[in-house]
Amino acid sequence: MEYKLLFKDYSKALGKGKLLGLKCSDCNNITVPPKMTCQECGGTNLEIVEVTKKGKIVTFTVVSVAPEGRENEAPYITALVELDQGPWIMGNIANVEPSETTMDIIGKEVKLSFRNFPGDRYAPGNQARPTFTLV
Amino acid sequence: MKKVAIVGAGHTPFTFATEKTSVELFSEAAMDAINEANIKAKDIQALNLGNCLGDFSEGQAMLQSYVANDIGAFNVPATRFEGACASGSLAVRDAFIWIASGFYDLVLVGGVERAASIGTSLATRTFAMFTDSHYEYPAGMTFPAMFGMLTHLYSKHYNVPLEKLKEQMANISVQSHAYGIHNPNAQFKKEITVENVLKGFMVCSPLQLLDCCPFTDGAAVIVLASEEKAKELTDKPVYITGVGQSSSGRLSSQKDHLPRIKSREVSIKQAYDMAGITPNDVDVCELHDCFSIASIIAAESLGFFEFGTAGDAWAKGEAKIGGKIPINVSGGLKSKGHPIGATGPSQVAEIYHQLRGECGVRQVEGAKIGITDTLGGDGVICNLIMEKGW
Repeated sequence: MEYKLLFKDYSKALGKGKLLGLKCSDCNNITVPPKMTCQECGGTNLEIVEVTKKGKIVTFTVVSVAPEGRENEAPYITALVELDQGPWIMGNIANVEPSETTMDIIGKEVKLSFRNFPGDRYAPGNQARPTFTLV
Repeated sequence: MKKVAIVGAGHTPFTFATEKTSVELFSEAAMDAINEANIKAKDIQALNLGNCLGDFSEGQAMLQSYVANDIGAFNVPATRFEGACASGSLAVRDAFIWIASGFYDLVLVGGVERAASIGTSLATRTFAMFTDSHYEYPAGMTFPAMFGMLTHLYSKHYNVPLEKLKEQMANISVQSHAYGIHNPNAQFKKEITVENVLKGFMVCSPLQLLDCCPFTDGAAVIVLASEEKAKELTDKPVYITGVGQSSSGRLSSQKDHLPRIKSREVSIKQAYDMAGITPNDVDVCELHDCFSIASIIAAESLGFFEFGTAGDAWAKGEAKIGGKIPINVSGGLKSKGHPIGATGPSQVAEIYHQLRGECGVRQVEGAKIGITDTLGGDGVICNLIMEKGW
């Protein structure tokens, strides 16, 4: 059985400003990022839909110790965002100063855009990565 | 199903970067376990080995085969298990199943890692491979980042002010170090204070240096035997009476449960049901304290404290020897160290020695039932329940 939405197509769409997800016709829930089956019910009757790029910050951390190859990114903010349509996705927060970030940021409304992830010797590069800005 | 006993344990010192190879570390612990079990290496029917990063730490995969040959268990089936930081516990559970099924009577199982030898930068990178490499690593996900996010989420979800939570967490690290002093195999043998923790370098907010376990080199190995075999070998067998294991999707897919880890609740229920016990029956617990907040999250899902309330337990002494449930009296991952593939077998070895009354100053007197809890990546969990067998 083939994937309805592959990583490469999800990433390519994100790079064009579109957030794609999978709507389940069995339970009506939306799965983002994509996977083989519905995250809620495991169903396989899925169709690709465009998902609203708005949500709220659920939690975050300011990363000061970066992995090998990403030292020049630190400090950076990694966050989980709950999209208006329900799913959570992980991304960076772009327009906030890491050193001044406190828990007050939780619950703030954000809008999704993207930045390029160059990759490293292990992870595939030139992929769009989710990046949020406070609205 | 046959009863399965632990009849021997071996444990290298857990250390900063060592010059010993992974084969050497594992083999030294293995021979100690074999000698304690009163068997010969040639008696072993199979070998299970937990290891994550041999490929990166020393360019060595397929450790299990070379280890079997090194110790003289010639040509036995040898299998490597990879489940991030729970690798070794998965290896133990699998060995348990083979003996319980009657297929084998004697299996050597353990783990080894040289996580300290890798160095912090590459270790942080390779540990991050235990996250979703396509959908979450690009956002800079690392392990301290995951638990930093869970700390903020815990604070928000249970309405525990961050400052209070941070102090509770600091008490956990302080307790681990206090016990680690009494563990000859511990990486750290020094006391720390709450003030030390709260003044530490910020790794991933709000986690400071002493909220985090170290990178560690080391190995731990046990010998598992069928009941009949165990009775020939020892008067003090420790039986594995319950096992559980569960998996998870990427962190964002766990949205309906975080900061709880659902797979832990699935796994521990399997183990408690199989052993026919409840959390109140447990005398001693080794749980996966990779970060101070991880202890709080684990202790709640294991059923020792109500959700949102475990933070006070350490400050009140409830997690100490003599308290409600002694937790990580080995020093835990924080003070004893966390050589990831070896961590599960090390936890099992601690419970084995506790139930046999061999832990000296850190002995939980009269302990009859102990459990281990091991977390791999963002959601592989394995729980094991052990009971005194005499």
